[in-house]
Amino acid sequence: MSTDNAETGLNIKELLTEFPEMSRTELRDFKKGIDETFKGFTREYGEGIENFFDPLLAILVWFEKLVVATPWPLMIVILAALVYAGARSWPLVIGTVITLLIVGYLGMWEDMMFTLALISVATALCIIIGIPLGIIMSKSDRTQAVITPVLDIMQTIPSFVYLIPILMLLGIGKVPGLIAVCIYAIPPVVRLTNLGIRLVDKDVLEAADAFGASPRQKLFTVQLPLALPNIFAGVNQTIMMALAMVVVAALIGVQGLGSEVLKAVNNQYLALGLMNGLAIVAIAIVFDRVSQKFGKRLQKHSEVVHG
Amino acid sequence: MADNSIEVKNLYKIFGTNGKKYIEAVKNGMSKDDLNAKHGHVLGLKNININMPSAKIQVIMGLSGSGKSTMIRHINRLIDPTIGEVIFQGEDICKMSKGDLQEFRRHKTAMVFQKFALLPHRTVIDNTIFGLELQGVDKKERHDRAMHWLSRVGLDGFEENYPNQLSGGMQQRVGLARALTNDADILLMDEAFSALDPLIRMDMQSILLELQAELHKTVVFITHDLDEALRLGDQIAILRDGEVIQQGTGQEIVLKPADAYIADFIKEVNRGRVIRVDTIMTAANGGSSITIPTGSRLELAAKLMVESGEAEANIIDDAGNAIGAITLKSAIDAMVTPAVH
Repeated sequence: MSTDNAETGLNIKELLTEFPEMSRTELRDFKKGIDETFKGFTREYGEGIENFFDPLLAILVWFEKLVVATPWPLMIVILAALVYAGARSWPLVIGTVITLLIVGYLGMWEDMMFTLALISVATALCIIIGIPLGIIMSKSDRTQAVITPVLDIMQTIPSFVYLIPILMLLGIGKVPGLIAVCIYAIPPVVRLTNLGIRLVDKDVLEAADAFGASPRQKLFTVQLPLALPNIFAGVNQTIMMALAMVVVAALIGVQGLGSEVLKAVNNQYLALGLMNGLAIVAIAIVFDRVSQKFGKRLQKHSEVVHG
Repeated sequence: MADNSIEVKNLYKIFGTNGKKYIEAVKNGMSKDDLNAKHGHVLGLKNININMPSAKIQVIMGLSGSGKSTMIRHINRLIDPTIGEVIFQGEDICKMSKGDLQEFRRHKTAMVFQKFALLPHRTVIDNTIFGLELQGVDKKERHDRAMHWLSRVGLDGFEENYPNQLSGGMQQRVGLARALTNDADILLMDEAFSALDPLIRMDMQSILLELQAELHKTVVFITHDLDEALRLGDQIAILRDGEVIQQGTGQEIVLKPADAYIADFIKEVNRGRVIRVDTIMTAANGGSSITIPTGSRLELAAKLMVESGEAEANIIDDAGNAIGAITLKSAIDAMVTPAVH
């Protein structure tokens, strides 16, 4: 009787101090099972998936080549023109040109072009996928309930974690880098497209209904135009987040300012790291200011208010 | 001319997840409060029967919460009824398919809203063409038609402004132009002038009456303002708690209020502007030198008599034949004493 009591006492103590975890072998088999399944999936479909992304690779490579091969003076003119078209601000154009000249003078021109190409393609991809996704999400609360947690995961999961399956599937290269960037950068444009459409004035929507707008007409003549400032805030955030990912992308073989930073980390080159890091910051500031000014111009109609 | 009357028949609207379930209870006399307290459903409209005359202005009047905005939204089915029919040109709007309804809204109705509901990102002209754009009318034509109506509502020169550069009154002119550009048979006006200040409201009423005199649309006009209702309405229906408590011409309502609620309502009304000479005229006697056309309001008749110094006047019809006579005394009597009821 007394021994029984002692034994139970011991068991309870053990239960409180030791977490009732899976046995070691079970746990190993569990992990192994997942790994093996995914490896099997990779063996089976890896090539197909890689082929599926070939067009993306072709576009990215073509664009990189184009940007790198363009003579630098022409490139500066083109970029200045783009900045002016977007922002209509001479100070910003001048600032951009000076930034480009300094970065180039410090020997980072080609890397900057690679990074610009990656960011441009990634942003374009995020917009092409993200805006329709945001539209779908705005159509029903159920789709919103499904997509929101996925976006939460995409934004919070450490990027190294999703690098693993991407690497297993696609190996090292530009496309996996691009995908990693997009996974991290796409949530804002999706979220803000959804939000922007949901925030459109109910009265205006009712008017569109009353005049017999089809769902499609309503989307293109009322919802999207009125959501545009929000959508653009999303695009701005997407660009910023894509830039934040260039070093991680460099980890899986994307060339550019990020790979130089990585080299600097590995070799403790302070100057190299600082210079490339600041170049990324410079690009970010230019992108940010231009897209913000552009976003403001989209709201021209709300500027002048009748007193 | 086509018959563009709208007939609302036995219309009920119960807001809530399962309104149909409580129709019988409401028909058997369950009150709005009981329905809400016991079943969590809100009674919007109860047994509405209104025959809105073709090419006339039908006013639906009521205080807030009376169901008048719910009512007007059944005509273009922005709100689906729980049960009931809305018949226009032989077709029940409540039974239309999605596609038919869309076509109906595009071509047969146009709506003006209390809060204007203009598209803030579009200029005045681009707002005005909105209905035609949805219909797929070509660019040149829709531009011309929109310009015509903008000019009719007095907005020449404002085409390229954005709505929030304009005052409330001007924004609502855009709303009116947008609706008129559609050239629909039915014009739905949901408290269209309620957000405007009194002078501008009078202005807009005049514009509407002026346009209606030549356009002859079937106008459904919602208001909470009795003076507005009496000024505009060829027919008036008064709503309270989702029920029609009286309908008729303004004169009928002022002369024979159906209950104490309405009597209370019309106490402050200027009778001289509502009651017409025909209502109080006696047999023609040809004893006066001045004539007053049939359908004139008492205020005008009294004014004419006072100005001419006559104590009597002849009422003549459109062809100029004398059909009756009134005295100054009888006119003033009718203007000041509440009529028997």
